[in-house]
Amino acid sequence: MDVLMLSRLQFAVASMFHFLFVPLTLGLSILTAIMETIYVKTGDEDYKRMAKFWGKLFLINFSLGVVTGITLEFQFGTNWSAYSKYVGDIFGSLLAIEATLAFYLESSFVGLWIFTWNRVSPKLHATFIWIVAIASSISALWILLANGWMQNPVGYVIRNGRAELQDFIAVLTNSFGLVEFIHTLGGAYILGGIFVLGVSSYHLLRNNEIVFFKKSFSIAAVWTLVFSLFVLINGHISGAEVARVQPTKLAAMESHWETQKNAPMYLFAIPDPENEKNSVELFPIPGFLSLLAFHTTDAEVKGLKDFPKDLRPPVTINFLSFRLMVGLGMFFVLISIISFAVRSNPEKYPLLLKILLFSIPLPYIAIEAGWVLAEVGRQPWIVYGLMKTKDAVSVLSMPQVTISLIAFILFYSVLGLIDFYLLIKFARKGPQH
Amino acid sequence: MLETIWFILWGVLWAVYFMLDGFDLGLGSLLPFVAKNETEKRIVYNSMGPFWDGNEVWLITAGGVTFAAFPTAYAIMFNGLYSALLLLLFALILRGVCFEFRSKGDNQSWRDMWDKIMFIGSFLPCILLGVAFANIFEGLPLDKDGIFQGGLFTLLNPYGLAGGVLFLMLFLVHGALWLAIKTEGEISQRAGEMASKLWFVLLAVAVVFLVWTFFQTKLFDNYLKIPVLFMFPLIAVASLIMTKIFMLSKAWLKAWFASAGTILFVTFFGVAGLFPNLLPSSLNPAYNVTIFNSSASQLTLKIMLGVVLVMVPIVIAYQIWIYMFLKDKVNEKSLDYEEAY
Repeated sequence: MDVLMLSRLQFAVASMFHFLFVPLTLGLSILTAIMETIYVKTGDEDYKRMAKFWGKLFLINFSLGVVTGITLEFQFGTNWSAYSKYVGDIFGSLLAIEATLAFYLESSFVGLWIFTWNRVSPKLHATFIWIVAIASSISALWILLANGWMQNPVGYVIRNGRAELQDFIAVLTNSFGLVEFIHTLGGAYILGGIFVLGVSSYHLLRNNEIVFFKKSFSIAAVWTLVFSLFVLINGHISGAEVARVQPTKLAAMESHWETQKNAPMYLFAIPDPENEKNSVELFPIPGFLSLLAFHTTDAEVKGLKDFPKDLRPPVTINFLSFRLMVGLGMFFVLISIISFAVRSNPEKYPLLLKILLFSIPLPYIAIEAGWVLAEVGRQPWIVYGLMKTKDAVSVLSMPQVTISLIAFILFYSVLGLIDFYLLIKFARKGPQH
Repeated sequence: MLETIWFILWGVLWAVYFMLDGFDLGLGSLLPFVAKNETEKRIVYNSMGPFWDGNEVWLITAGGVTFAAFPTAYAIMFNGLYSALLLLLFALILRGVCFEFRSKGDNQSWRDMWDKIMFIGSFLPCILLGVAFANIFEGLPLDKDGIFQGGLFTLLNPYGLAGGVLFLMLFLVHGALWLAIKTEGEISQRAGEMASKLWFVLLAVAVVFLVWTFFQTKLFDNYLKIPVLFMFPLIAVASLIMTKIFMLSKAWLKAWFASAGTILFVTFFGVAGLFPNLLPSSLNPAYNVTIFNSSASQLTLKIMLGVVLVMVPIVIAYQIWIYMFLKDKVNEKSLDYEEAY
C-alpha cells in the first residue's frame, strides 16, 4: 500500500458510494414527476398520493446523493492535485459548468417542491419537480462529459506543460462522453423503474393498497421496459465506442489475448492472466466479438498480448464486471417484458412479485459494475493515452491518507446504513391516507 | 485582464457563499441555545429547510470555479489543506443529512442525537472556513513546487484561530437574525436578543482581527498602494454598525441585510488585499500562487466567463424568487404541514 493505492481506494469508496444514491435520484425524480403530472391532468387523487409517497422515498435518497457529491468534486484537488493541474483547464470547467447550469436548479427547486404542496396550483407544483428531475439529468450530462474526456480526451493541445483547451465544441460533442451519458442515464432509469416495481410488489404481495400500487406498478412496468430495451441497444453502441477508442479495455473485458480476425466470443471463460490465456473457454460464438465491436465478423480485434504489460488493465475484474453488467441487463429486459405483459393484474402473479422485490438490489450492482469497468478498465491511465494514474496523485503522507480512507469508510457506512434503513422503513410503511 | 476579472468573480462567489450558507451554518450552531423545546427545534429546522441546499451550491460553484479558472491554485490549495478540507466536507455532509434523517425518526433520543450532530456539522464549518481563509490571508507554508510544508495543526495558529472565531461570530449573528425574521412571538424575540448580545462579541473580535491583520499579514500593502480600496473595510464597518442600529429598532430584516453586507465586505476586504495572489507563500514571496501563474488558458477563461456571466445572474434571480415565494413565517401551525421537517 502506498499513497497512490490508498488514494485510488478512497476515490473508489467515495464515488461508488455517491453512485448508490445518484441513479435513484435520476430515475425516481422523473417517475415522481410523471405521477404528479398525471394527477394534474386527470385530477385523480391516487396519483397525488403516489407522487407524495414516491417523492418521500426520492427525498430520503436525494439528500445523501447531494452531500456526497461535494466530496467528489473536492477530491480531485485533495488526492489528485497533479491531475488537477494537468487537465483542470478542461476537466475543471466541465465541473464548474455542471454546478452553474444544473446543480443550482436541482438544489434550489427541491426545497420549493417539498414546501409548497397545496400552497400553489397543482400545475406549478408539478413544474417544480420537473425542474428538479430535468436538472438532475442535465447534471449527469456534464459529469459524464467530464468522465468521457478522461476516457477519450479530445479538443486539447499540450501547452505550458499541461493539457489546454483548444476546441470546446469537440469536448461537448465527444461521442464517447455522450454515449456514456445516455448509457448511464438509461441504467439509472431502469434502477428507478425496478425500485418502484419492487416496492409495489412488496405491498401487492401483502394486499396493501392494491389500487395504489397497481397504478404505480403499471407506470413503472412501461417505463422499465422502454429503458431496458433502450439500454440494450445503447449498451451495444457503448461497446463499439470502447472498441474504437480503448482497445485495451475491450481486450480486458473480453479476456481476449490473441489478436485475430473473426474473433469469437465465449459464453463462458475463466481468465488466467498469469499465463496470458483463458484456462477455460466454452461455447464460442464464431466471429461474434468482431461483429459486436466493429460490425463485421472480418474485423481484427487486438488481443492483450499485443499491448505492453504495463499498459494492460487488470483482466479478471474487468472481465467479471462486464459479464455481470451485461447479464443483469439481459435479466432486466426479461423481467420488464413479463411485468409489462401482466401490468393490468400483477397481483395474480405472486412469484413474479417476489422476484421483483428481490430484484431491487440488482440494478445497483449492475451500475456499480459498469463503473468499475469504466474506471478500472481505463487503467493504467487516468486520462486514456495522456496521463497515467500513478503520475496524477497528490503529495500526501501515508498517515494522512490512511486516516482519511478509514474515516471515509466508517463515516459513509454509518450514513449508508441509516439511509437505507429509512428508505426501507418508509417504503414498507406505504402511502399515507 | 481576464485573470483579474476572474479574480474578482472568485472573490464574489466565495463572499456570496459565506453570506448565504453563513446564516444556516450560524443558526445550526445556535440550535441548542436558541430552541427550548421540540416545537421550537422544529421551527428552527424548517426556517432553513428549503434554503440550505441551494445555499451550499455556492460552495460547489466557488470550488468548481477555482478548479476551472485557476487549476493550479485549486490543486495546491486542496492538496495543502487536505485534512482541514475533508473535515469540513464531513461536517457539511452531517449537517445536510440532519434535515431528512432527524424528521424521519420516531423517538426523542433519535432526534436529540441529530440535534447534536446538527450543532457539530454547523459549528465546525463556521470555524474551519474562517481558519482556512485567515491562513490564506497570512500565507501558507508553500515551497517552490507549491507543496504545503505543514499539517493540520499548522493551520491552527493564533491568527488562523482568530479568523475561525471571526467567521463563527459573523455567522452566529447572521443566523440569529435569520431566525428572528422567519419566526414570530417568543422565539423570534429570543433570537433577536441573542443576535443583539452576540453583536458585541462580534464587534470585539472584528476589531482585534482587523488590527492583528495589519501586523500579521501583507493585506494592507494593496490598500496603501491604492487607497480607494479602503472603501471595502469601511463599508464592512459601516454595515456592522448599521446591523446594530437596525437591531435597536427590532428591524430584523434590515439588520439581516446589513449583516449580509458585513459578511460580503469582510470577504472583499481580505480578497482585495490578496490581489494578485490567490495563495501567498509564507516561506518566500517568490513561491506565491498568483492569478497569473495558476490560471487556466485564455480560451477556458473566456468560455467560463461567458457561462458564469449568463448563468449566475439567472441563478441569483430564481434563488431570490424562491426566497420571496417562501417568505411566510414559520410558526407552530406550519409544523402541521405534512412535509415539514
